[in-house]
Amino acid sequence: MMKGSIDSVESFGLVDGPGIRTVIFLTGCKLRCKYCHNPETWIKRKDNIDTETLLKKIRRFKPYFRNGKGGVTFSGGEPLLQPDFLIEMCDLLKRENIHVALDTAGVGIGKYEEILKNVDLVILDIKHVNSDGYKDLTGANMNDAFEFLRVADKMNKKFWLRQVIVPGIMDNDQYITRLNSFIKKNFTVSNIEKIEFLPFHTLGKEKYEKMGIPYPLGDLEDMDEKKCEELYKKFMNIYNE
Amino acid sequence: MREEWKDFQDGEWTKGINVRNFIQNNYKDYDGDDSFLTCPTEKTKRVLARYEELIIEEGKRHVLDIDTVHMSGINSFEAGYISEDDDVIVGLQTDAPLKRMVNPYGGIRMVYDELKAYNYKLDPDVDKYFNEFRKTHNQGVFDAYTKDIRKARHVGLLTGLPDAYGRGRIIGDYRRIALYGVDYLMEQKKNEWENGYQLDGNMTEELIRIREEISMQYRALEEMKKMAFKYGFDISRPARNAKEAIQWTYFGYLASVKENNGAAMSLGRVDAFFDIYIERDLERGLFTEKEIQEMIDQFVIKLRLVRHLRTPDYDELFTGDPTWVTCSIGGINNSGHSMVTKTSYRIVNTLRNLNPSPEPNMTILWSELLPDNFKNFCASISIDTDAVQYENDDLMRPIYGDDYAIACCVSAMRIGKDMQFFGARCNLAKALLYSINGGVDEMKNDLVIPGFEKMTGKYLDYEKVKDSYFQMLEKVAKIYSDAMNIIHYMHDKYAYEAGQMALHDTDVHRYMAYGVAGLSVVADSLSAIKYAKVKPIRNEDGIAVDFEIEGDFPKYGNDDDRVDEIAKEVLDKFHSELSKHATYRNAEVTMSVLTITSNVVYGGKTGSTPDGRKAGVPFAPGANPMHGRDNSGAIASLNSVAKLEYEKCCKDGISNTFSIVPKSLGKTKEEQIDNLVSLLDGYFSQKAHHLNVNVLDRETLVDAMNHPEKYPLLTIRVSGYAVRFNSLTRKQQEEVISRTFHEKM
Repeated sequence: MMKGSIDSVESFGLVDGPGIRTVIFLTGCKLRCKYCHNPETWIKRKDNIDTETLLKKIRRFKPYFRNGKGGVTFSGGEPLLQPDFLIEMCDLLKRENIHVALDTAGVGIGKYEEILKNVDLVILDIKHVNSDGYKDLTGANMNDAFEFLRVADKMNKKFWLRQVIVPGIMDNDQYITRLNSFIKKNFTVSNIEKIEFLPFHTLGKEKYEKMGIPYPLGDLEDMDEKKCEELYKKFMNIYNE
Repeated sequence: MREEWKDFQDGEWTKGINVRNFIQNNYKDYDGDDSFLTCPTEKTKRVLARYEELIIEEGKRHVLDIDTVHMSGINSFEAGYISEDDDVIVGLQTDAPLKRMVNPYGGIRMVYDELKAYNYKLDPDVDKYFNEFRKTHNQGVFDAYTKDIRKARHVGLLTGLPDAYGRGRIIGDYRRIALYGVDYLMEQKKNEWENGYQLDGNMTEELIRIREEISMQYRALEEMKKMAFKYGFDISRPARNAKEAIQWTYFGYLASVKENNGAAMSLGRVDAFFDIYIERDLERGLFTEKEIQEMIDQFVIKLRLVRHLRTPDYDELFTGDPTWVTCSIGGINNSGHSMVTKTSYRIVNTLRNLNPSPEPNMTILWSELLPDNFKNFCASISIDTDAVQYENDDLMRPIYGDDYAIACCVSAMRIGKDMQFFGARCNLAKALLYSINGGVDEMKNDLVIPGFEKMTGKYLDYEKVKDSYFQMLEKVAKIYSDAMNIIHYMHDKYAYEAGQMALHDTDVHRYMAYGVAGLSVVADSLSAIKYAKVKPIRNEDGIAVDFEIEGDFPKYGNDDDRVDEIAKEVLDKFHSELSKHATYRNAEVTMSVLTITSNVVYGGKTGSTPDGRKAGVPFAPGANPMHGRDNSGAIASLNSVAKLEYEKCCKDGISNTFSIVPKSLGKTKEEQIDNLVSLLDGYFSQKAHHLNVNVLDRETLVDAMNHPEKYPLLTIRVSGYAVRFNSLTRKQQEEVISRTFHEKM
C-alpha cells in the first residue's frame, strides 16, 4: 500500500472535470506561478494518508457520481510529483469504475505512461505560450512540461485546456492568436474536449498574507469577467476557423 | 358508468371511493421535455397584475382587511373575485381578495390579540357569543393542562403547540369532490352512519364520537354545495370536464381554508388526477393547451391568495404568512412507472408564468426513476427561482404507497386515509442544558424539571452528561405526550375539521406528530464534551451560563461518524421515549426534525450551549448542521444528514436546507442543471428524506437586506417552505445569511 501527502479533500468540486468531483489536493509543486491561489500546497509535506484510507473516503461520495459524469480529480500542488501514490490510486479507482481526471501543469518527475494508463481526462493549465513568458510567470522552464504533453497526446488522452487570463499579459488579440497556434501545434485537436479561460482573481491573496509570503502580483486587480468572456468568444472564432 | 365518467377506464373506483385506483387506471405518463408549455394568456396577465397590486398593498400594511362580522366557516361568506370577468377558476376565502377571516374556535383571546395588532374590533354580538356561550379550543386545553406542561410552555421547552389556533396538517382528498360529486360522498357517509357504525357493540365514548363526527362531516358536505352554489356551480354531481375537475377540487380545498386556520393547509397531489381530465378534453377538442395552462395558472393564483389572521408572536415564529399550500408533484407508482404527466410540468410552469412565489409550496416527489427530462426541468426551475423542494419518493413509497402527499413541509400521509395530530416541537438543546443545570431553566432561573442534580466539577464528563440527558428526555417526553393528548382531544371537541375529515375515509389512520429542534446543537455539544474538554462557567446559583472549550471536536455535518452517530442516538432515544406513552385515539407516534423559521426564536430562548454557541444565537434550521461548521464541502454535509433514520424514528420528516453559490454549481446553465440532478440523485440514493435547494449568492441576500425595493420577488427556501426574503424579520434575514453557502474557490 502506497502512502502519499495530501493537503485536503474537497467533496463537491463542480468545475474540475465533468459532474460532481471529489478533488484531492496533493502537496508539492515545482512551479511558483504568480497567480497561484494554493501556495499552501507548494512544499511537499510528510506522507499523511495511504491509498486504502483515501479510497474509503472517496467511496462515501460515490453516490453523487452519475452516468459516467462525476468522479475523482487529482489536483494540487502538482499531482505528478507523487507518481507511485498516484498510479496506485488511479488503479484502485478504475477497478471501481470511477472516472479519473488529472489537474496538472505537466511538470512532474516521469512515469507518465503508467500514471496516464488509468486517467480518463487531463485538465492542463497552459500557463503561457512562449518560453520567456512561461519562465517569468512560473519560474520554470517551458520544456519541462513538454515530455508529459507528448506522452499524453500519444496515448490520445482527452484534454481540457485552461488558460488563466492575467490582465495586461493575456487580455489582448496578439496573445490569443498565439495561443491558437500553440494549441494546434502541440495537441491533437480531436482530443481536446474543452478550452476554458479563467479570469485572474485575487482570492488567493489572503493566503499569502497568512503565510507571510509577498504577493507576487502586488496590486493587480481581478480580470473583468465580461471582458474575459468576450475574449474567449473571439478566441473560439479563431480556433474554429 | 356515469355520464361524467365517459371514456375513462373502469375499475374499483366506480364501485366505491377509490381515487388512487382511478388515477392508476387512467393516467398517461409523459417523458418528453417542456417545449409544449405555453405562456400566460391575456386574461391571466390581467388577473396576475391585479393580484400583484394587492400583494404590494398588503406588503405595506401587512393586513389588507379583516371581516370582523362573519366568522370562519365553509359557507359564511358571499362570493368574491379578483376580477369577475377574468377569473377562470373562482372562489375566495371571503368576499374580497386578501380580506382575512376571524376564526374564534381555536381561542377567543388569540382573536383579540390579532385584531388589536391591526386596530380592528370584533363585532359586539360575536364577541358576546364567544365569551358567554361558546367555549373555545384554547379554553378547553387550559382547563386540562398540568402544571408541568404550563411550565414547559412558558420557558420555551415546548413551543408552537397548536393550543390556540388550528392544528392544520390535514389534507382532505379534495379530488373526491371532482370524481364523485358531493352527493355521492354524502350518501357514503350516511350509509356508514346508518349501517357501518351500528349499535351491535357497546356505545363507547369512541363510538359516540365517531357517530357525532360523521354527522358533522355530512353537514359540512352540504355546506360545500351551498358555498359552490354562490359561485354558480353545482358540485353535487361529478365534474364533467377538466375545468370543472380543477374547479371542484379547488372548492374542496377552499372549504377547508374557510373552515380552518391551521398552520399548514396543504393541497395534496393533483397532477396525475387533473391530467386525466385534461387529456380526455384535449382528445375531444374541448380545450386548447393555452386554455389548459390558463386554468392551472389561475388555480395557482387562487392558492397564492390564501391567508389567515395571525398575531405578531405567531408571525415571528412562522414568518412571511406561510400557509403551506403544499402541492406534491411527480413520483413513481407502486409498479415502478413514472407518474409524471404533462400537468406536472404545467403546475411547475406557473413559477415561470406567474413569477416566483412561496405558495403553493412546490414539492417534487423525487425518484431515481423519474424521467431525465423532468429531473432537468425541475432543476432548471430550482436554479431560476429557489422555490422548489424535493422529497424522496423512493423512501416514502414503500411506506405510503403511490397516493400519498406532503402536508406542511415534510409530513407524508396517504391522501384521504391518514391524518395527523400536529405537535410543533420540543427544544432538545434546552433539555440538554437542563440535564447539566439540575432541571433549572438557564434563562428564567425557574425549576422546570425536578429530580436532577446540578453538575459540579471543573469539566463536564461525557458519560455523566449523557446519562443525565437521557433521563431528562424521558421526563420531557412524558410532559410532551401529555400536552399533545390534551391538545388534540380538545381540538377534536371544540374545533373539529368537519369539512376536511368529510374528505377522508371514516376509519382514518392517525399519527401523533412530535417534533424536535436544535439537533445539531445537541450533537455538537455532546461531541465537544466527549472529544474536547468543556468547562462550564457557572453563575452564583451554580447554573452553567457559558462554556469554554479546550481542544477541537468532530462536528455534525462533516460526514464524521463519531458525531453523526450521536445525532442518531439522540433521535432514537427521544422517539422511543415518546413511543412509551399512550396516545389520544391510538395515534401512531412519529417525529420530525424540522423548525421552519422558529429556529431563530428557539435559539433566542436558549442559553449558551457546550458546543460553543452563545446564548440567543439561532439554531440551525431543521436537521441542518450548525452554520459554518459543515466545512468539509457540500457532499460531506449532505452525507451527515442522510444518516438520520427516517423510517426508524423520524417518519414525520427530516428537513435539510441547502444553499449553493450559482458559480460553484457549474459554469453553464446546462452544467448547473446536470450537477444539481446528480446531487439530488446522490443524496436521495442514501435514503435521505428532504432537501430545500437555494441557488444564490450571499452577496445577493446582503444586498436584498439593505435594499429590499430592488428585490420585490426574491424567494428563498428556508426550512420546509419558501418565503419572500423581504418578509423575513431582520434577525431571520441575518440568520439565513449566516448559513453555510457551499462554494469552491
